[in-house]
Amino acid sequence: MDILVCVKRVPDTSENEIEVNSSGSDIERDDLVYSVNEWDNYAVEEAIQIRDKVGGSVTVVTVGDDESEEVLRREMAMGADQGVLLSDDAFEGSDGKGLATILKAEIEKGKYDLIMTGAQADGGAAQVGGMLAAMLDLPYASLVNLIDVVDDTKIKVGREIEGGNQEMNEVDLPCVLSIQTGINEPRYVGIRGIRKVASVEIPVHGAADLGLDASAVGEAAAKVKRQDYFVPDMGEGAEMLEGSTEEIIEKLIELLKAKGGVK
Amino acid sequence: MAQIFAYILHKEGVADDSALELVAAAKKIDAAASVTAIVVGSGVDAVCNEVAASYNEVWKIDGADFAYPNAEVIRKALVSIVPKGALVLIPHNTFGMDLGPGLSVKLDTAFVSDVVDFEGIDGDALKVVRQEYSGMVSTHVTCDTAAGAIITVRPGAFQPDESKSAGGAVTDKTGDAGDLGVSRRFLEVVEAEMGDVDITKSEILVSVGRGIEDEDNLEIAQELADAMGADVSCSRPIVDAKWMEKSRQVGTSGQTVSPKVYLACGISGSFQHMGGIKGAPFIVAINKNAKAPIFQLADVGVVADILEFLPDLAEAIEEAK
Ligand SMILES: Cc1cc2nc3c(=O)[nH]c(=O)nc-3n(C[C@H](O)[C@H](O)[C@H](O)COP(=O)(O)OP(=O)(O)OC[C@H]3O[C@@H](n4cnc5c(N)ncnc54)[C@H](O)[C@@H]3O)c2cc1C
Repeated sequence: MDILVCVKRVPDTSENEIEVNSSGSDIERDDLVYSVNEWDNYAVEEAIQIRDKVGGSVTVVTVGDDESEEVLRREMAMGADQGVLLSDDAFEGSDGKGLATILKAEIEKGKYDLIMTGAQADGGAAQVGGMLAAMLDLPYASLVNLIDVVDDTKIKVGREIEGGNQEMNEVDLPCVLSIQTGINEPRYVGIRGIRKVASVEIPVHGAADLGLDASAVGEAAAKVKRQDYFVPDMGEGAEMLEGSTEEIIEKLIELLKAKGGVK
Repeated sequence: MAQIFAYILHKEGVADDSALELVAAAKKIDAAASVTAIVVGSGVDAVCNEVAASYNEVWKIDGADFAYPNAEVIRKALVSIVPKGALVLIPHNTFGMDLGPGLSVKLDTAFVSDVVDFEGIDGDALKVVRQEYSGMVSTHVTCDTAAGAIITVRPGAFQPDESKSAGGAVTDKTGDAGDLGVSRRFLEVVEAEMGDVDITKSEILVSVGRGIEDEDNLEIAQELADAMGADVSCSRPIVDAKWMEKSRQVGTSGQTVSPKVYLACGISGSFQHMGGIKGAPFIVAINKNAKAPIFQLADVGVVADILEFLPDLAEAIEEAK
């Protein structure tokens, strides 16, 4: 099975505080630690496991700048066979549809049985997988947390739905799936693995290589545009307990007792 | 404003809470808009009648093909019935996430997901509020609605519109649904397993998130829970890492809990997590990041490293007994 996984380089929110810059035009990017989008990492792990079981190949692809190469290398160190970087100034400012259009052009250059994306990335939009599927006219299932390869023509997938329940579907191949965390345990990538792929050539494809009209992507084509960033105001906020640890604990125990929080 | 449609989720003949939230959302876009409910399913008359009170019109698609909400089947039906240029609101839940993006491609409209607020429309430019980075920052986004738009709306973001002042007629659109040939076939729903502790019945929960850092540290949470007479629950990353069983996960894809007191320890406060907490418990958040969104949602906050703070708190509670 030849599998393509779309990945994205994102700020690691478990490592960073995300703050808005002073003009509100962007988040504060100095000193941010970046990593591969958590959901994508599960998708790549799943792809590798499927390939190891039934044969085939795993290709990782990302739309980004030179720095995005590092996430391709990381996923190759994990076990993906090859990486492709889609990069061009013309791609800047693309909305979800623009990104899906770029990815579609790359996918159509190859022949894949299975295309995966993470369920969502840092923007929380959860859109690229479903758009890609519709553009390619392929079946789609989102929030997939189980994949069983039935044969070369179909797979069985579990989708996560509300309340811990799972919806089972049979899906024809080729198809597009968005992968939910928890489907597997992504393997650890050591420094040695990263070194092994450090010098592998990663092709870079721009709009012309993909046969894309620059006006179909990028800011000009975007129907959806972010105007600014701001700090959310979600309500009154908590009463913050301050003082020494002893003082905080004393106050907290009092409050917990009053609310029935200590039996 | 072009017509606004709202997709109605329902279960066992009853409309989901989101049905009335979407009325409020539509009125926030344009108070004067005519809002049409779309109800798809098998045997949906009761749901149609229920929502008719709140919508100007109800369009129903009713048939055996729609007995289970298969997003692929429903997308095909909607592509046939939704008029060009319309705005369609869909709840941003696991069904909406499955349906929305592809529907926008097939209808060739704009797509904005997980909207938490609307701030008016200027010509064709609809201004919406979204959140990024798990709610750590918000953004204003403009959406060009000239060719219509599919918008998924965060559940719970709008207060339900209970006015029931519309009283629209129900129109049967089943005949217009078109070809439904599918490449994704629904098989069954596998229900969640119940664990040894039923956290939905717990009065006090000590809930741990990714901040607990390591499986061995779960002991700290258990010790505090023992001191408080509480049960231990968790956020999703803890279950994904297989440190705790799924039945202990609080959130939209886990359990819905309604304790008296909820202690969120090293949990950032994502909407999928908070969506599993019902009934306004007293929420205490302990987090080392003073800017974590959870502090906006909690009643009481402590900025501290849980690995140090929880053992101290457990000890002090034991001593106070
Ligand atoms: C469709 C869908 C369904 C989902 N369903 C659920 C669900 O049911 N339940 C759920 O929980 N999530 C769910 N999620 C995931 C959700 O979006 C978040 O990713 C998740 O809730 C984050 O968990 P967290 O708060 O533990 O981790 P993080 O967001 O990583 O937050 C960890 C927090 O711990 C703090 N911290 C770190 N170390 C320490 C320390 N030593 N002391 C104190 N604080 C510390 C950090 O400052 C941070 O605020 C779902 C996601 C999707 C897409």
